[in-house]
Amino acid sequence: MAAGVFAIRPAAGGAAVAAGLAALILGTLAAVALQARGLSGLGAWDWRAVWFTIWQAAVSGLLSAALAMPVARALARRRFPGRAALVTLLGAPFILPVIVAIMGLIAVFGRNGAINEGLRALGLPEFSVYGWQGVILAHVFFNLPLSVRLILQGWQAIPAERFRLAESLGFAPANLTRHLERPMLRAVLPGVWLAVFLVCLTSFTVALALGGGPSATTVELAIYQAFRFDFDLGRAATLGLVQIGLCLAAMLLTRRIAIPAAFGTGLDEAQGPQGPAGWRQGADALAIVAATAFLLWPILAVTAQGLPRIPALPPEVWAAALRSVVMALVSALLALVLCLTLALAIARGRAAWIEAAGMLPLVASPLVLGTGLFILLRGWFSTDALALPVTVAINAIMALPFGLRALIPAARTLRADYGRLADSLEMHGLARLRLVTLPRLARPLGFAGGLAAALAMGDLGVITLFASDQPTLPLKLYQLMNSYRMTDASACAVLLMVISFALFWLFDRGGRLA
Amino acid sequence: MLELRDISVIRADYALRASMTVPRGARIAVIGASGAGKSTLLSLIGGFLAPDSGRILWDGQDITALPPGRRPVSFLFQDQNLFPHLSVAQNVGLGLRPDLRLNGAQRARVAQVLEEVGLAGMEDRRPASLSGGQQSRVALARVLLRARPLLLLDEPFAALGPALKSEMLDLLARIAAETRATVLIVTHDPQDARSFAPETVLIDGGIAQPPAPTGPLLDDPPPGLRAYLG
Repeated sequence: MAAGVFAIRPAAGGAAVAAGLAALILGTLAAVALQARGLSGLGAWDWRAVWFTIWQAAVSGLLSAALAMPVARALARRRFPGRAALVTLLGAPFILPVIVAIMGLIAVFGRNGAINEGLRALGLPEFSVYGWQGVILAHVFFNLPLSVRLILQGWQAIPAERFRLAESLGFAPANLTRHLERPMLRAVLPGVWLAVFLVCLTSFTVALALGGGPSATTVELAIYQAFRFDFDLGRAATLGLVQIGLCLAAMLLTRRIAIPAAFGTGLDEAQGPQGPAGWRQGADALAIVAATAFLLWPILAVTAQGLPRIPALPPEVWAAALRSVVMALVSALLALVLCLTLALAIARGRAAWIEAAGMLPLVASPLVLGTGLFILLRGWFSTDALALPVTVAINAIMALPFGLRALIPAARTLRADYGRLADSLEMHGLARLRLVTLPRLARPLGFAGGLAAALAMGDLGVITLFASDQPTLPLKLYQLMNSYRMTDASACAVLLMVISFALFWLFDRGGRLA
Repeated sequence: MLELRDISVIRADYALRASMTVPRGARIAVIGASGAGKSTLLSLIGGFLAPDSGRILWDGQDITALPPGRRPVSFLFQDQNLFPHLSVAQNVGLGLRPDLRLNGAQRARVAQVLEEVGLAGMEDRRPASLSGGQQSRVALARVLLRARPLLLLDEPFAALGPALKSEMLDLLARIAAETRATVLIVTHDPQDARSFAPETVLIDGGIAQPPAPTGPLLDDPPPGLRAYLG
């Protein structure tokens, strides 16, 4: 039934936020475009960066999807203690700060890591974690869990009746694969690949820490280098345009290939078929153990290295931690206000452009936005004054698509269930917000706030463009790494990881208890 | 007095026209096949749906453009009449102040209406801990408290058993008499219409007929209603 014909005022808030967001992002992109010099301004180095960006994203997607397949199959058809915990753990890399994972990968795969010590002992050539292989390793580390979750959803979407039917027909495992699993994989895998490809296309932190040089520089990293080292705003802007073009092209791909929803429910239900016995049982166990080890080992290694050192961390690390927490909280609050306003307006229906505005951050990468905001604001403010506010704002904006994904369905349900009741009781404005909207949406708000806070806490992106005298905790960590104070850097990484997870937990828990 | 003057709504999947006058204090059943437009008629009067043309008047005043909460209307929906996260007293208190900032006298008034509907001492319970009949009573207590002159009910007791339902209709009749309210109640049960409503509005073929005496209408139904009643 057409509802809310008369309620015009609350929708105005959503329209205003959406218009402001669109103006900010499109205005920033316009500033970048005006500053850009045309593609002829790019040299061979820059084109190599473009090529590497596409290539590494494609390979990272392929590897993640291929490696995830056996793990997802094992999780789909085996029941064992700790399975639910493992599936939950697969969601954790989303809020794990990138720079922490990189520290972990260096601890395991670096020169003095266990892998290379083993290789040396066997007289084999060493593996270098720096360069293109390190970039791809880190991308697989982050996206393997995501891919496993997505493919696992596909497996669990096959109705149990199908498996029972197959069993009653006496299917051998090979037949099962052919008739049930392969069609599902054919439908799901392209979307999984594309999801990873999109994430890796705007990769900055991984390339900054592990890449660099002619063979492992992404476009985002090239923007940073043009901005920071050459202070060549024109070239930074041109590269920004290229990055926007890449994102847009990838968005066009999503019209042909559907990306499965990432936050699926029901991943831990106990039903489903039991897998075949025999050697396949061993293979499944191997897949699960190997994937778990690959994900946990780096984190445990960096924790073992860093934890004892935390009490000895210098005061400036604690100052950076405090600064980061405050920034993350402000960023999360800002993201929540924007998200809630947009979601409520979207739930009212009709204004499709508001939803589009909320998804705009997907087109604009953080470094491009940072460059654009700098170009727009440099006449009025100093770089130092801009660093922290711009970082807070961009982190809030970048969290919007994830927050909206959690909030829009909840806001729609709320409106369908209680919109008319609240209207008929004349509950508007603050009273409605306090008595209906906030209590009913507490859970998705807590979740969205937790995501926004954790992402902001761990972000090492825009801040690198600007500041060094007021570092955030991730930037401080990166500075420690660069001066080869690896023990302090590890301690810093443990601190950062604990704070990020704690922030997410506090918000999420708060939402559940409210 | 409620007046619908040449009301019409046309959508892709349904259409409804209505012209009628309902005197103050009337108790009217709204009957029709499912999808005929019973809920649409109530939504129009309640302000959840704007008519394409025509006017709605209450005591001679045009209320066509008023938002739902400002109309002289209390609405009971099929379900979701209570906020599950608010206590019984809060759900009722919303009828006095939408921001729930109640003073002592208002809180006493809430306790009083709860007692009147037989829920004394249940102020702090949550709706989920109540039976279906008790939940209906909470919603009716709020109707009693708001004392709006027009009551619109969209099959609010459909989920209750026959005995409970007739109990609720009795309570509703008492409340309507106490507040001298005009009642329009959607029902698919001709027995409810006979026992509760002296007059009935029949909706058939996209047209809401003016109220007619319930008994004769049901005894000798027109073809559309006959097909529906079976």
